[in-house]
This record gives sequence, C-alpha cells and structure tokens, in this order.
Amino acid sequence: MATDAMAPVGTAATPKIRSELMLQRVRAARWFLVPMMIALAIVAGWPLTRSIWFSFTDATLNDLYGAEWVGFGNYLRWQVLESGTVRYRGVLADPDWWNAVWNTVRFAFWSVLWETVLGMIVALVLNAEFRGRGIVRAAILIPWAIPTIVSARMWGWMLNDQFGIINDLGMKLGLLSAPVAWTASADTAMTAVLIVDIWKTTPFMALLILAGLQMIPKDIYEAADIDGVHPVKQFFRITLPLVRPALMVAIIFRVLDALRIFDLIYVLTPNSRSTKTMSVLAQENLFQFNNFAEGSTQSTLLFLLIAIFTILYIWIGKVNFEGGDR
Amino acid sequence: MKMKLLLAGLLTSVTLVGGAAQAAELSIVSGDTGSGLAFLRSQLDRFEADTGHTVTVVPMPSSTTDQFGQYRLWLAAGNSDIDVYQTDVIWAPQLADQFLDLSEAAADVVGNHFPSIIESQTVDGKLVALPAFTDAPALYYRTDLLEKHGKSVPETWAELETTAMEIMEAERAEGNSEIWGFVFQGNAYEGLTCDALEWVMSNGGGQIVEPDGTISINNDQAAAAIDRAAGWVGTIAPEGVLAYMEEESRGVWQLGNAVFMRNWPYAYALGNGDDSAVKGKFDVAPLPAGDGEGARSAATLGGWNVAVSKYSPDPEAAIELAKFLASEEVQKERAIQQSNLPTIPSLYEDADVLEASPFMENWKAIFEQAVPRPSAPTKTDYNEVSSLFWSAVHDTLSGNGSAAENLEILEADLQDLKGDAW
Repeated sequence: MATDAMAPVGTAATPKIRSELMLQRVRAARWFLVPMMIALAIVAGWPLTRSIWFSFTDATLNDLYGAEWVGFGNYLRWQVLESGTVRYRGVLADPDWWNAVWNTVRFAFWSVLWETVLGMIVALVLNAEFRGRGIVRAAILIPWAIPTIVSARMWGWMLNDQFGIINDLGMKLGLLSAPVAWTASADTAMTAVLIVDIWKTTPFMALLILAGLQMIPKDIYEAADIDGVHPVKQFFRITLPLVRPALMVAIIFRVLDALRIFDLIYVLTPNSRSTKTMSVLAQENLFQFNNFAEGSTQSTLLFLLIAIFTILYIWIGKVNFEGGDR
Repeated sequence: MKMKLLLAGLLTSVTLVGGAAQAAELSIVSGDTGSGLAFLRSQLDRFEADTGHTVTVVPMPSSTTDQFGQYRLWLAAGNSDIDVYQTDVIWAPQLADQFLDLSEAAADVVGNHFPSIIESQTVDGKLVALPAFTDAPALYYRTDLLEKHGKSVPETWAELETTAMEIMEAERAEGNSEIWGFVFQGNAYEGLTCDALEWVMSNGGGQIVEPDGTISINNDQAAAAIDRAAGWVGTIAPEGVLAYMEEESRGVWQLGNAVFMRNWPYAYALGNGDDSAVKGKFDVAPLPAGDGEGARSAATLGGWNVAVSKYSPDPEAAIELAKFLASEEVQKERAIQQSNLPTIPSLYEDADVLEASPFMENWKAIFEQAVPRPSAPTKTDYNEVSSLFWSAVHDTLSGNGSAAENLEILEADLQDLKGDAW
C-alpha cells in the first residue's frame, strides 16, 4: 500500500485518488519530500541557476559581484569590419570548444561501446554457475571501487615510458620495439584515457547487466534447449531482448558520466589538446584563466547538450525507468 | 557544478580543521611534499614556541596549477579560514586584489632581499608577498661520464647536442641501453613555458611578451630555438619527455640514465641522497647559450613567496608569520636543509650555507642571468598567455607543424587576447 500511495505523487492529484485516507497520505508524502527538495534546490538548483546567469555576464573571479549583463555575447557575437567581412567571436565560434565537444563525443562513444561489450561478456561469465563465483564477483568490482584520481595516477605511472610496467612488459614480450610515451603523444593519449576508463568502468556495467540477466527466468532457456536452439541464437533471440531494459538504463548512466568526464583526463593528460573535453576546458577557463564568464558559458552548453541527449535517448530508446519490459 | 560542491566540501573540512579558532590560531597552505612539509612544520614549531600562536598547515596538491585554481576559488569566495598563502612568483599580478599590502609592515626588511624579486612581487606600488626562496634552474651534468669520455661542460646548446649524442652512443655501445643524453620538462604545462622561455631567450629571441607589453615571440631566432629543441625529442631525449614534468625527468636522471638534465635546485639535495645512483657523480652549471645575435645563458626565474589574505581574521599575527617565513634565519635553514636558494644576497656568502650546499656559490651567477616570465606585463591574462605559449611549443616538439608556423598562429592568438591593452 505504501508504495501505491507514493507512486502518483509525481502526477499530483489525479481523479483516481478519492478517499480521504489517500489524500491524507499524499499530503504526508509531500511533507516527507520537502527536505530533499530543499536540499536539491540548494546543492543543485541554485548553483546551476547561478552558473547560467554568469554565462550572460562579463564576470571574472576577481570581480564576481560587479558582473554586468552582456546578453548572448559569450555564446556568439559578431562584428562587421569595414571591408564587409564578419568576424565571429564567443564560445560557439571557438575552435577549441568544438575540438573539446568532438573529443567528448568520441570519448563517450568508444568508452561506452567497449564497456558495454566487455561488461556483457563479463556478466555472462559471472551468470554461469561455477565454484568461487562469489569471490570472483567481488574481485571484479575492485577497479570500480578505486577512486578515479588514484587509478589515474596509478595508470599514469604504469604507462610512463621509462619506468612504466606496460612498456616493460611490451618490450620483454616483443610487442613493442621501443617504449611508447602513451600519455604524451597526441596519437596515443586518447587511447590511454580510453584504456583506463574502460578498465575502471567495465565492472559497473557488468554488475548492472548481471542484475538484468538474473531476472530472466531459467525455464525459457530450458524450453529453447529442448527445441534445439543454438546457444548463439539463444543469446540474440532470448537474452538480449530480455536484458534490454536493464542494458538501456546502464548505458544511459554511463553516457551521462562519460559526457561530463573530468577527473581522469585532468589527472592523466591535463593539457593535451587531443583529450581535452568540455568539462576540462570549462574548468580551465573558470579557474585557471581569467574567463569566468566564458567558462560558465561552456558549462551551460555542456548542461544543455547532456539534457538534450538524455531527452532524445529516453524518447527514441523508449527507456522505462520504472522497471518491467518497455 | 562539481567544483562548487567540491568547494563546499573543502570549506567545511577547513572550517573543521581550524574549528576552535581563537585570536592567534593561524592556517597556512602548503603544496610541499615529503621533506618540504616536514621542514615547514619544524620552522612553524619554532614560530609557535617564540610567539605563542598556533599554526595549522593545510596541505595542498603539489601541482601549482591545482593550487592556483583552489586559491583563486577560496579568495574569490572571501574565505577567512586560510591566513597565509604560499604563492608562486608569477601569481602576484593575478591575485594582488586579494592580498594585504605588506610594504609598510615589511619596510624594515625589504632592503635585504634582491631588488628584482621584491619588484616581481610589487603590483602598482603594493607589495603583495614576501619572498621565501627563489629558484633558477641549472644544467645538471654527470662529472663521471664527461670525464670518462674526455668532454667539457657545454656552453652552447650546439655543444650540448654533440656531447650528449656522443656520450649516449658510446655508453649504449658499451651495453648501457637505458642511457639518454638530455632530459628536461616537455609536458604541456607551466614548466614547459619555463624551459622554452630559456631556449628562446638564450637564442636572443626575446621573452614572449616584452616588459612594455609588446608581443615579440614571432621571430626567426625564437623559431630556430624551438625547432632545435624539437630535434632533441627522440634523438638525445626520450620521446616520453613530452610528458615529463620535474619529477619524471629527475626520475630518469637519478637512476643514472641521463648525461644532462635541466632542473631546479631541489634536485641537487635529492640527487646526493643515499639512495641516489648519481650521488657525488654530478655537478651543475649555467644553462647553455644559443648562437643567434644577443645569445646568452638564460634561466627562468622561479621562487615562492608568502602572502597574507585580505580576509584573515587576525592579520597582525598572519603578517608576523609571513615575515618569519621570509626572514633571514628561516631562509638560512631552508638553504641548508632544503637546498632552496635564498632571496637575501648575504646568505650566498654565509659559511654554514656554503658548507651544506657548496653549489650555491655557482647559483649566484645563474641567478644573475634569470629571466622573469611575462607575468607582470600580461597581468590577469598571464595564465592564458602561458597556456597558449606552451601549447604552441608542445605542438612543435611533437612534430605538429614547424616552429615558424606555430609561432605565427601564437602571435595572432596573443594579439586577440591582448586587444587594445593587457
């Protein structure tokens, strides 16, 4: 009953609620939600509004309160020169910004793709019955449990060209002819970041998919076995469709995370143009350079991009966050 | 958003640290690690015993970029939990508004320091910070290897190139496959600005932005200097040098795997530590000169200072602490224990200092060749100027366009940033 009473709160007083008791419960539930709403407004709502407001001003960190309104100037402004040429300025005309957008999208696409594929494989293995399964399940979570800063530092040393174990192993096994400076070279920097992120996040993906797999009733597979369906076909016709709702939710969690990636890149390859993402660029403008307003603009755009993506994904993918199939 | 949450968290934790604040409880931030932190603590213990104040050290990340971002946030928020800040030599113009003017309080001691350092910490007549120690890099060289192969200490970059190459090849032929000729700081960060400023300046290519605000970087001598450095990567220096900061280059050096290294004085004491493979086998010299017109040895001026926050609830005690940390006796201890260069000329002739760190005698000459980074003329835009410069240099070093091409773009970018005036 309790959960029934909670469910319609979001859609307010629908005609279904008639009894006095129900109304009372809804009212009580609202009061229980108030502290959380206030907390959210303070820690998320207010800073967000303020960042958006700053993006329309000329604020700098030395003079936050004397900021003046400049409209959309930080986003895009133009100036017609005497010769008639139009000069565009602002974040939307900044090649560094578009480079960061492209890096972020590239990073999100490849990391989530690999994490999904590897996570699925790991989940399928862990879903099988074998001795010591509990220990293996716990052990596989270790990368996820290590704070990103720590794992980024750790991998930074492992990938080092002179003292790094990766190069040492590669040389001894004859896979590399000369030590590779993974995080230094523009060609390999993104690969290095991807490797660390995939290593770190695959367990998370595996865990969510595993939860989905365990919801699938065993008798469907028994029926398929009796009908002589090939295991590969079983996977694509039974497992994949049935695990899809869980998978879709897991993917959106990861994509949202990947789009705002900051810590890993900030520690591993802080100033490399080939890995600089939107968040890293925004942080740089906000706190390192004297461009607080421009940084706020970039944060706002990042927020908008993520919001648009999420809405599209839920709409097109028909993701159902309330469980069940579709 | 994340940063704001982080800030809130940090503020809370700092409040907790300084929770039971009374009149004479001070907090100082320090990005020092290891022995540096222990040294600071030992000096603070003396200060506490002398004055009765208590001082809490708030440890910070060792990366100066991280420190700067954090301090800027705290100061912008008017945080009163930190009383004394340790500031890099280039920060004075950027943070001047938020620190107290020390010119009156320190009038009695200002004259003891190198005038150029005091000048670097003075913004529009306001003394923003007191110098705690100065820094100027040098060329570290392996005395044993140079002697073995009959070479002298290089005085020009061209000599360094040939000497490094010959010794490296000879050593490799003898089976020392790990050896490299020269290591420096090639990662894209403030350190590369320092390294590259030395290459450019030593080749007579100016100092990026001149003291009067003119953008001078796009010239042939500067381009030649950076192109020459690009030629080192993969030949006398490992390719990984493109990701090295101070500690990575020191790592290669201290394992005995480099003939030459460009680094700051801190590496001297560490290199002579008991666990060092190069203990007693190296010495330092001024960095080599280039070969263009006006070529001379150049060393980027570094150094750390102590500044007092405008928001300190107890400014008098805080100023007392700042003066103590900049005082002659602390600088002397620092020179002896930490091999940091004093900012007081008389200490370079002090017998105790020279006994502990005999190399300091050489360093006075290096220090006289020191070049400031263009933080004074570019004011609040310095960090962005530096970032544009190191990106252009890093691109060139990684073979992404020639120096001439990258410097031309850099000049245009700097011009945009400058607008009518810095």
